[in-house]
Amino acid sequence: MSVFSAIGEETEHDQNEFTPGLEPQPTWCPGCGDFGVLKALKGAAAELGLSPDEMLLCTGIGCSGKLNSYFESYGFHTIHGRSLPIARAAKLANPGLTVVAAGGDGDGYGIGGNHFMHSARENHDMTYIVFNNEIFGLTKGQTSPTSPKGHKSKTQPHGSAKEPLRPLSLSLTSGASYIARTAAVNPNQAKEIIIEAIEHDGFSHVDFLTQCPTWNKDARQYVPYIDIQDSDDYDFDTTDRREASEMMAETEDALHEGTVLTGRYYVDSERPSYGQEKRAIGEMPEEPLAERYFDEDYEWERTYDLFLDKHR
Amino acid sequence: MTDDELIWRIAGGSGDGIASTSQNFAKALMRSGLHVFTHRHYPSRIRGGHTYTEIRASANPVESRGDGYNFLLTLGDSFARNPSEGAYYGDEEQKPLYENLDELREGGVIVIDSGLVDTDSVEDFDERVEENNWHVYEFDLRSLAREHGREVMRNTAGVGVTCALAGIDRDWIIELMTEAMPEKILEPNLEILDEAYEMAMEREHTHDVSVPEGEHDEEQVLLSGSDAIAYGSIDEGCRFISGYPMTPWTEVFTIMSQNLPELGGISEQVEDEIAAAALALGASHAGVKAMSGSSGGGFALMSEPLGLAEMTETPVVFVEAMRAGPSTGLPTKPEQGDLEHVLYTSQGDSNRVVFAPSTVSEAYTQTRQAFKLAYEYQIPAIVIYDQKLGGELVNVPASHFDEAPNPDLGSVLTEEEIAEAPHDPSGKYNRFQHNVEKGISPRSLPGQKGGRFLATGNEHMPAGHISEDPENRVFQMDRRMERVENIRKDLDAMDTSHQTPHGPSEAEYGILTWGSNQGTVFEAVDRLNDDGYSVKALSVSDMMPYPVEEVEAFIESVDEVLVVEMNASAQFRGLTQKELGRYGEKLASLLKYNGNPFEPAEIVDGFVTTVVENDTLPGTETKFVPAAGD
Ligand SMILES: Cc1ncc(C[n+]2csc(CCOP(=O)(O)OP(=O)(O)O)c2C)c(N)n1
Ligand code: SF4
Repeated sequence: MSVFSAIGEETEHDQNEFTPGLEPQPTWCPGCGDFGVLKALKGAAAELGLSPDEMLLCTGIGCSGKLNSYFESYGFHTIHGRSLPIARAAKLANPGLTVVAAGGDGDGYGIGGNHFMHSARENHDMTYIVFNNEIFGLTKGQTSPTSPKGHKSKTQPHGSAKEPLRPLSLSLTSGASYIARTAAVNPNQAKEIIIEAIEHDGFSHVDFLTQCPTWNKDARQYVPYIDIQDSDDYDFDTTDRREASEMMAETEDALHEGTVLTGRYYVDSERPSYGQEKRAIGEMPEEPLAERYFDEDYEWERTYDLFLDKHR
Repeated sequence: MTDDELIWRIAGGSGDGIASTSQNFAKALMRSGLHVFTHRHYPSRIRGGHTYTEIRASANPVESRGDGYNFLLTLGDSFARNPSEGAYYGDEEQKPLYENLDELREGGVIVIDSGLVDTDSVEDFDERVEENNWHVYEFDLRSLAREHGREVMRNTAGVGVTCALAGIDRDWIIELMTEAMPEKILEPNLEILDEAYEMAMEREHTHDVSVPEGEHDEEQVLLSGSDAIAYGSIDEGCRFISGYPMTPWTEVFTIMSQNLPELGGISEQVEDEIAAAALALGASHAGVKAMSGSSGGGFALMSEPLGLAEMTETPVVFVEAMRAGPSTGLPTKPEQGDLEHVLYTSQGDSNRVVFAPSTVSEAYTQTRQAFKLAYEYQIPAIVIYDQKLGGELVNVPASHFDEAPNPDLGSVLTEEEIAEAPHDPSGKYNRFQHNVEKGISPRSLPGQKGGRFLATGNEHMPAGHISEDPENRVFQMDRRMERVENIRKDLDAMDTSHQTPHGPSEAEYGILTWGSNQGTVFEAVDRLNDDGYSVKALSVSDMMPYPVEEVEAFIESVDEVLVVEMNASAQFRGLTQKELGRYGEKLASLLKYNGNPFEPAEIVDGFVTTVVENDTLPGTETKFVPAAGD
């Protein structure tokens, strides 16, 4: 038996396999958009024929961070904002794993903003889903980086004086090679996009609009939404940076005005992933590093033989 | 003090090649059969700024820099920013001369590069020379170097002069230069070496300082604490490192980064220290032996991922290279002020291993031990050391490193074992089982069939599901804590202890120390005993879990104990009292925190004045803090 035999296992998988057997049931509020992400992810994983044992789902902290309590796979519920560095190292250590990271807009665009920028820049082969509900959910409704200007909350009683962050444009500038926006209210598109994102060989960023009926009562519930790929009004080339950039700007402006645009925005299939780049320059082994520890024939080198000469 | 040793100090400007020249010179002395110990002093500047390296060479083992020195090679600071203006930093160009005179021993030798250094820059230079019976030799090394090659080669000229004046066989130097230098620069360097040597031989020699003769009974290698930590990690199977540069941790990070790719390992320089620590966790979680590290402020950022490693029982090794604090403090100067930071940082009850190696050879063995325990017990281990140990080069028998590699990942199950192991009704593997041997609940790795579980920083049930159930909480807490007790038992059962005693077995007084002070304290203890005092020492290297029995026995065996450490708040003494639960009245402190490490004489004086004579210390260099009730 191989050490990581769940990886690449070829069996049919039912989406129920990604549901934990008995407990726990999601503790999200009724009507929370997070249910939509869970459903889309389960559907995507099943359709991709993944085994729950070959997936590693890393989350941050927040309502969104609970995702991997309700999704059956290997999981790492990390700390607020830090899912990305943990996820990307796991992928480097064992490239066979299907690695997905997820978190909220506070988690991903606020406290973890630096990691977001750099993970995108490096183009790690992984998927990053950001539950964008324009609010801090778990800590009870404070203003988040994507909350609209003027948003009032207990910590911003006079209304936020800040422009909201533009996640799609930021992602493109940072270097993500697959960028999409979808919404919990659009389940079919959401599943399709997550499938594409996981299949994409590079950093896939999915800005997932999730309504928070509990704290964001004023928020648009992201309906009606427009699927830009289905509409004749929005014709642009997703492989062209400039066109994608313009479309993103239009989408981000539109959302502030109450029009919800979703779909794929940018797909660069040419750019090698970080792992490939590192291998090409000889900074990463061909075989998964994690397997080496189980390879009985591998001869472990010693510094005594390798480096001690230069100290003699 | 007798001069049965050569303590050679080469002084110049940062960027003048002082470090590489002295490294070669130290190696040449080692090859000739001597024991060597180097001490580096450098400012937090890139180019320019007074810097020196000292090499102590003796026929007998040397464990510290010693007191003062007897041979100065001063090259001047060729990168001085504001030469002779004497503004903010003083007269920089001349600093390598006047900054060094205070510690030069009586009868010492001064070699001056008159091409740059001007003795007129030092007030009453001639009087001081006469008073101290110093022997001054001036040569225009700069012109000599320019004539044959480039100005930086005046280092070589200085070495040539040193060989002539100290009676060192030039062949050792030539051999090393030939190995290290590319053809193009070798030629001019050899010419410069020869010419400088001849030039110095032609002068009349008035001094009586020379290099001793020695012989090793086995082959030696010259390396630093940073080298030893990196090599220990590699030999213990570490193949992943992630970091962000910060002095002095950068040294270990650099050595690892330069060597790992060639070993099929991975090194990642990332966006910040939080990410660095988190990456190490991610790699370890996926089944690779991983490390990260930093210094002071950078390690502060790692506090949260460190706690996550504790809670998720993710094995990982962090290195903490101390420099003087608080905050960014003295970036290039040693201190032992981060002990409490490393022991207690991060929220909740801490479950971690903390080792503070004392010597270069222990840095190697304890780093290996840190990895072994981290992976066996699924716990973060921290190796804490200071800038002094990280940077000092000493000779260690090569055989010390002739050890088998250890790629063992510790308590990881195979898929067959996972299939047999208990699972949760949800389908998850019970990776955090309650009642297990030694508190170690074996882990599975992502990708292993049937092994899936949830790792989380929240309190969790055996399969990882988040839970606030009080009974489970207590079970999990107790099991995590139990591992630390078992680690102590394992360490106590080892043939060799990390705690190193020194001096007579029976003595009236004791000196307790930790980390890089060890060699200096031991040298001081020898001198004290030679002077008729009855003193022994114990150097402690296990900080957590603490070696309670060994230290207690030591304290019990003497009347009074002086605790020597490089910080202002007596952190190790505090730890000792906390762990032992008493002895407040028996422990006094000798502290130093001015950015320079202890010299043996300071410990001798400090001990005699405070412990024997019950007096207070006059100077500002070291400080005495009496025992409670004293
Ligand atoms: C270092 C740190 N700071 C703050 C918190 C408290 N905290 C928990 S969740 C959260 C905000 C979550 O908001 P978001 O990421 O938007 O996710 P949501 O709950 O809306 O899904 C905060 C501030 C924390 N856990 N850790
Ligand atoms: S607080 Fe908002 S984000 Fe959190 S579970 Fe409730 S609805 Fe969802």
